[in-house]
Amino acid sequence: MITMNDFLIVSAALFCIGLFMLVSKRNAIQILIGIELMLNAAILNLVAFGKYDRFVNGGQMFALFAIVLAAATTAVALAIILNVYRRYKTIDPAKVDKLRD
Amino acid sequence: MNIAQILFYLMSFITLASAVFVAATKNLVRSVFMFFITLFGLAGLYILSLADFVAITQVVIYVGGILVLILFAFMLSGKETLDAIQKQKNQFISANKIASLILAVLFFVVLVLMIFKVDVNNLEWIKVAIGQNSDIKLNSNMTDNIGINLMTRYLLPFEAISILLMMALVGAAHLSRKEQKS
Repeated sequence: MITMNDFLIVSAALFCIGLFMLVSKRNAIQILIGIELMLNAAILNLVAFGKYDRFVNGGQMFALFAIVLAAATTAVALAIILNVYRRYKTIDPAKVDKLRD
Repeated sequence: MNIAQILFYLMSFITLASAVFVAATKNLVRSVFMFFITLFGLAGLYILSLADFVAITQVVIYVGGILVLILFAFMLSGKETLDAIQKQKNQFISANKIASLILAVLFFVVLVLMIFKVDVNNLEWIKVAIGQNSDIKLNSNMTDNIGINLMTRYLLPFEAISILLMMALVGAAHLSRKEQKS
């Protein structure tokens, strides 16, 4: 029997790896991957709790919504990263420090 | 120890190990490809949590869509990004990295302590759900139920998210087109 604790601990570990990537990386694409890891940890929690909801399906439904939202976020974020690269010739977020010109 | 439990530990090990590799490696392309493995392992965990439709969606959207998008952005942004990463290699353990490692580990400790304090296995509503026989069984057919719920109870969020997705894609196309000389 796989208990609820196991899923939650795996999800917590995944979230913390994502947090580590988010804070320590110097590359916008790797930061984006860190955000995706954190989102996936949240989705794993939703799915694990959704096991106890056969008729309404709240957990699984919002896991689906979160996956679609992650797709939209990634598309826009990558477009922004490409624009930043075109303008600054770098994608290090620490070096991008001007609002305009 | 039955086979589901063994599969669970195998899947979670694959997921966590590849996630650690993604975080630790210096090679960006390799980290993106290891992220594939993480996502597949997560899909396996979803199946073990009896959510097969979410697992298939995860494979289709994440692996088929998002990862290809990341690879594209990475290929389009050129050689300098790679060089920027190579430059970091000199300072293997920087103060920045240690600080973020400490942050992540402390946050993990807090989360695990909270999980054990809440005692998730004996939550009130979970006991009620098991008592009312409304937890997902191994043979219950969830995809039908998800489709019906999506068109009745969750119709408004569904429409809202479809409009949001369209707006995001139009916005992304607008942002990434070439600027015209004016």
